[in-house]
Amino acid sequence: MLELQGLTKHFGGVKALNELDLTVEEGGIIGLIGPNGSGKSTAINLICGVYGETAGTVHFRGVLMNGKPPHQRLRAGIARTFQNIRLFPELTVWQNLWVAQNSPQDISRQRFLPRWFGTTRQARKEIADLLELADLAHKGDELASNLAFGEQRRLEFARAAAARPLLLLLDEPAAGMSRQEIDDLGQRIRRLRDSGVTILLVEHMMELVMGVTEQIAVLNFGHRIAFGTPGEVQSDRAVQEAYLGTDATESGPAGGSA
Amino acid sequence: MSYYLGLVQLIGIHTLLGLSAYVLMLTGQLSLGQAGFFAIGAYSAGILTVIFELPILPALLVGACIAAFFAFLVGFPALRVKGLMLVVATIAFGEFVRLFFFNLSWRVPRDGIEVGPDSTNGFREIRYFVANGWSAWEITTFVWVFVILVMVALWWMDRSRAGAVLRAVGEDELAAQSVGINLTAVKVTAMTAGGFIAGIGGALYAHTATYVDHLTFTVLLATFAISYPILGGLSSVIGTLVAVIFIQGVLVEGLRFLGDWRNIVFGLLIIAAMNLKPSGLFDARTARILKRAASLGRRG
Repeated sequence: MLELQGLTKHFGGVKALNELDLTVEEGGIIGLIGPNGSGKSTAINLICGVYGETAGTVHFRGVLMNGKPPHQRLRAGIARTFQNIRLFPELTVWQNLWVAQNSPQDISRQRFLPRWFGTTRQARKEIADLLELADLAHKGDELASNLAFGEQRRLEFARAAAARPLLLLLDEPAAGMSRQEIDDLGQRIRRLRDSGVTILLVEHMMELVMGVTEQIAVLNFGHRIAFGTPGEVQSDRAVQEAYLGTDATESGPAGGSA
Repeated sequence: MSYYLGLVQLIGIHTLLGLSAYVLMLTGQLSLGQAGFFAIGAYSAGILTVIFELPILPALLVGACIAAFFAFLVGFPALRVKGLMLVVATIAFGEFVRLFFFNLSWRVPRDGIEVGPDSTNGFREIRYFVANGWSAWEITTFVWVFVILVMVALWWMDRSRAGAVLRAVGEDELAAQSVGINLTAVKVTAMTAGGFIAGIGGALYAHTATYVDHLTFTVLLATFAISYPILGGLSSVIGTLVAVIFIQGVLVEGLRFLGDWRNIVFGLLIIAAMNLKPSGLFDARTARILKRAASLGRRG
């Protein structure tokens, strides 16, 4: 579904990402992990078109994405969340989802005037459903900036889902969350996968990564150093040295999110 | 009486100017080029009624469309710059327009006299209203029909998805792109709409003043344009109207008895207002308080 070939990004002299090859098959949950500064967020920004690549290609469903701006990639089916939540703080929760209805279905289904200057019953119903799923049904009229941290994360997740993505890139969705919230997040991710969305999960929280992903790619200093199932990655020596550390493997990082 | 009607007309025209900056500000773009679009509307509509002898309504609409067209063109390079750099770029555009009209000479004989823009001497005899016997009341009504139309249109737009999308772009461009919003389309559309509104304002200004020259359209006018929505806040179009009434009605006219000293007081009052009410005289919080006060009043 997503194919990265030789994807490279240099910022001046800093090689943030070096010839990353990665294939994401449809319908799975892939983890992308690595220490701080290993190029994970750079990879996400390249896939979404926020940065232009120094070299390499991004193919999505067989279509070359290089040079396409972010909104076109979203319409092709790639949605994302941000490491530090980026909602529209002065819009209401409801409006945050409203402005995100930009999938090709939404655009082709609605005429210009109702799309921009009205709301169709269908669009309202879909927003209500998304709010329900995000447990924010009673907060629709709140300003997004007034939400609690966990609620903001859920809203951002829902906003990405509002675009009906085929591939969702989650950039450290568990950062700053409590254990209970992480368990909840794991369930949301699986539920979304079950509805047919492929997920690429960038995450530091090993419990979540080991618990929900089927395959994991490990980056270090902009290079991919391992790829495999959670079990294989954990027993990989290079990974242990680079990232998990010896202590972590001994005590078993896969405490799992149960 | 005609003095007050003139002031009411001026307030209406400056409201249009302020609203043209308001639309852009929703998308996070601060433009000091609005005086340029205002000038294009003023000169184009003036030329159309004076040289081509068109009636006021088509002249005004064509003038606004010409201003919108130039705003559309300016919109694309403006995408590449943000914040202060956009301010500088739009100042340059405004000065370009002003100097163009400073040089423009297009004189044609009409009824035994020469009319039309006369470069440094300005563009006199834009006398459509006088020639057709409009009273001051009729002119004022004509101006305010457009002010109200534009305000209603923007108020309605603000509550629609289009308004939410403009504000989303203004709040976070990266997030907006990432949810599939086409930044280019949104920003250029806002710029074009702003140019159209400024163009209407300029066309009305030229015909109420009957005389314009390049000195009308300096960067001071552009500063007024952005100070209205800044002072009035971006929570609604009403804020811009209130700010225009406050600045043009209270400050500029109300302090006239101070003579040239009023400019100092005018400056101080703006600084005070922006410090005491940084999000505008009529920001969301003030609006809520007023609304609550009004409903309490009704209950009482």
